[in-house]
Amino acid sequence: MVSTGKKFMAGLAGLLLCCLTMMNCYAMESYPEEIEIDVLADLYEGVVFDHGLHVMMTEGCAVCHHHTTGTPVVDSYCAKCHADEEPMASVSCQDCHSSEPVTAGNVRGKDALLFHDDKPDLKAAYHLSCLGCHQEMGAPVGCQDCHARTETGDAFFHSGQFAPAESAGSSGH
Amino acid sequence: MSKITRRKFLAGSMAGGAAIAMAPTKKAFGANLGGFPDGMGVLVDMTRCVGCRSCEAACNKEQNLPDPDKSFADYSVFDEIKHGEKRRPTEKAYTVVNRYEPEGSEPVYRKIQCNHCNEPACLTSCFVNAYTKTPEGAVIYNDKVCVGCRNCMIACPFSIPAYSYSSAFNPIIKKCIFCYDTRLKNGQMPACVEACPQQVMVFGKRKELIKIAHDRIRRSPDKYDDQLYGENEVGGTGWLYLSGVPFQEAGFNVSLPNEPIINNVKDFLAIVPMVLAIWPALFTGFHLLATKGKSHGHGDDHSHDGQEEH
Repeated sequence: MVSTGKKFMAGLAGLLLCCLTMMNCYAMESYPEEIEIDVLADLYEGVVFDHGLHVMMTEGCAVCHHHTTGTPVVDSYCAKCHADEEPMASVSCQDCHSSEPVTAGNVRGKDALLFHDDKPDLKAAYHLSCLGCHQEMGAPVGCQDCHARTETGDAFFHSGQFAPAESAGSSGH
Repeated sequence: MSKITRRKFLAGSMAGGAAIAMAPTKKAFGANLGGFPDGMGVLVDMTRCVGCRSCEAACNKEQNLPDPDKSFADYSVFDEIKHGEKRRPTEKAYTVVNRYEPEGSEPVYRKIQCNHCNEPACLTSCFVNAYTKTPEGAVIYNDKVCVGCRNCMIACPFSIPAYSYSSAFNPIIKKCIFCYDTRLKNGQMPACVEACPQQVMVFGKRKELIKIAHDRIRRSPDKYDDQLYGENEVGGTGWLYLSGVPFQEAGFNVSLPNEPIINNVKDFLAIVPMVLAIWPALFTGFHLLATKGKSHGHGDDHSHDGQEEH
């Protein structure tokens, strides 16, 4: 898990660099059209995210990027502090959301001044944000609608070639 | 012969018995202990759960459980009804996710596993002392001493312990142990918590989880039912639940007392030592007094005086 993390960290550093050069991307309308989100890929393949399509469909960058892109903040809770925020240097999810699983206490442990300390980890940030919106909008919500399961994933879920034999039948108590 | 009359003897023995009966209920048992101060727990936020069953798959892998009857990617299990009830933990699955469909609401998914009570009813019901509540917060059990009596299955207010009915010669109890052996005792979170894509679960000190949970309710009062299930129920549980719908609509037992289950029988248990210690002496005394005159025959002045004195 760690090695895969490191591998993809390098890849995403490139992506971050990309974003850095496009700080005012929204205003310039030069945002990336497509992003491959694969930093956590393990049980599932990475997601090829059609960023351009989502930009067209949403009200503004802040729906996903909170207060980091300089566009009007959507969430009233964020707006309490970040209503007039300038575009920030880092806008990708993983710049703020830890790829390590979060436990109670370890978020504040790293940054004592951080106010929003109930911050989801990266995997949850992706899923909560994407899936939450997909549910509301009637968009696809199945796991494999976004990312295909890998062989590791099939073994983990006992699916595909690792599926239990149908004849197992009686499950008892 | 001593000057102790029957009246004094009776009064004395009753007072002694009463003292023994009363004292333990106030002192030895005390009130709700509240669990270990640094006990760990997990906060389950059901508003986030989408029923993907990753936690079930992770549990199966971590605990080396047998192959499931159906794939963990098979969602038909949510429609399973056995003995008129939804799925429950079994010897092959220490945690299961069930789907509930409250009126006027999206489906709600509820993960079930051992709640790791502060004062576990299973532990207090076990006469071979197989169960242990560890300082880390897990309720674990020693399957080497379990005799398979199933008292804990009856005692558990959440119907968690499962039984290895499949084993003909050594059937024992099986249940979630908070990944104690492989993770918790090293300070790591349980496998189900780590596997969850939605971070439905947060692992941490129970004290901190209670704060986080109340913060979430305060921040989004419309989103949550204003209750943290497990904060007080049966003396408090290590696993705590937040829900977007009233808890009874998600299959929770909302009629549980805030007192630990053991409190239901404390008063009775306090009488046991009195019965064992006092009754033999008391009734031997009665017997001696009742038969005093008869065993020595007639003509003892003292015994006549004693019996006629009122």
